[in-house]
Amino acid sequence: MEHIRAVPDGVSDADTPSGAPARASTSSQSLNAELSQLFQLCSRGDEGAFARIYDATSSRAYGLALRVVRNPAHAEEIVQEAYLDAWRNSSRFDPARGSAMGWLLTIVHRKAVDRVRSAEAATQRDVTYERETRPFDHDQTAETAQSSLEAQRVRGAVATLTVVQREAVELAFFGGYTHTEVANLLDVPVGTAKTRIRDGLIRLRDAMGVGS
Amino acid sequence: MNDIHHLTGAYALDAVDDIERARFELHLADCDDCSTEVLSLREAAFLLSETSVSLPPPSLRSAVLRDITKVRPLPPIVTRTPVVQRRWFPLLVAAALAAILGVGATVWQPWAPTQEASLSAADQVMGANDAVSVEVDLGESGRAVITRSVSLGKAVITTEDMVDAPSGKVFALWLQSPEGQMLAAGLMPAGANNQVMLTGDAATATGAGITVEPAGGSVEPTSDPIAVFDFSQAT
Repeated sequence: MEHIRAVPDGVSDADTPSGAPARASTSSQSLNAELSQLFQLCSRGDEGAFARIYDATSSRAYGLALRVVRNPAHAEEIVQEAYLDAWRNSSRFDPARGSAMGWLLTIVHRKAVDRVRSAEAATQRDVTYERETRPFDHDQTAETAQSSLEAQRVRGAVATLTVVQREAVELAFFGGYTHTEVANLLDVPVGTAKTRIRDGLIRLRDAMGVGS
Repeated sequence: MNDIHHLTGAYALDAVDDIERARFELHLADCDDCSTEVLSLREAAFLLSETSVSLPPPSLRSAVLRDITKVRPLPPIVTRTPVVQRRWFPLLVAAALAAILGVGATVWQPWAPTQEASLSAADQVMGANDAVSVEVDLGESGRAVITRSVSLGKAVITTEDMVDAPSGKVFALWLQSPEGQMLAAGLMPAGANNQVMLTGDAATATGAGITVEPAGGSVEPTSDPIAVFDFSQAT
């Protein structure tokens, strides 16, 4: 399936030289700089600016929500609520505290996780059953991103994680499980799961050259 | 290294339950290292979603853009004023204050600071004819009710299902004087369910609050309150 990713004018995804050290790419930096400015316009009520934000980010937001909740209708609801929150809180976005994309996806992820947890609290999920039926390392929604250079960079960084780190990070992030549930799923002590998640993210961060 | 610092990764991934989140956010308020680490780990985590991109249906775009036409963006947060100089509640009007002062320190006798005596003192406040209460619901973090008797000049806090204070910290109690000063009113003991008498003059206080302070307490609040009790709202 061919994927078309909306990108603001003047921003190209293809300007990261292959073989370059894995640093935060100039394309994602300029995208985030543009998103920051757009959020500033939104805080003053500029609906057109918000439409541009939506076009530049919605496939990331929807893809993330879908990956966590699996159900397309639920993913749509989550994304719709998340964008409304982002609009309402646009004046509260602070570029000094992280990227605009990260800020937006944080809102989406939190809502997605809340959704799966409240649904699961209602059904008293059986983690053994979940483990068998919720594969975490097969990108069911990600085939569309295979060709993206940025995604290739991320895959390269993920490959620097140990198998157990990657497993713990993906269960927590894409599975929406708490670290205590991750420990249970992996049959390791809670402290071990917590450490694997943290160490895995630190390694990922350092491999991607972000936030340092 | 304290164990709570290791929660940065799980917190950055929302892999915490509500109580863990509340506790860790209290910790983040005081730990610059953890705050910085959370921000950088969160950035790294969201790069992961670069591998999960999916085009939403076009109808979603119209729904989102229709939604925002009905909602006004929140105003920006402007400069913070120092916590200790900020009143938590407006002053009561002078007339009401005079009425309270008039019946202030009539009945109160100091109680011996033993557990048994303080329980019975708490019971007296709870049972006083003029006892009124303000409840604050902290959601997943618990509930707290402060009951005050103006005639006894005392207030009692009752907690249910309260989370523990962060490691190395305590929950401190404060009474706001009519002049707007925060006066130390004791520390909460450990435990989810407690009933504790606030120290100090509760008769004239206009409100009370709970803050998170370093173990041993502070002479004045060093952080924003996690709960505020406005006595003008007491019923």
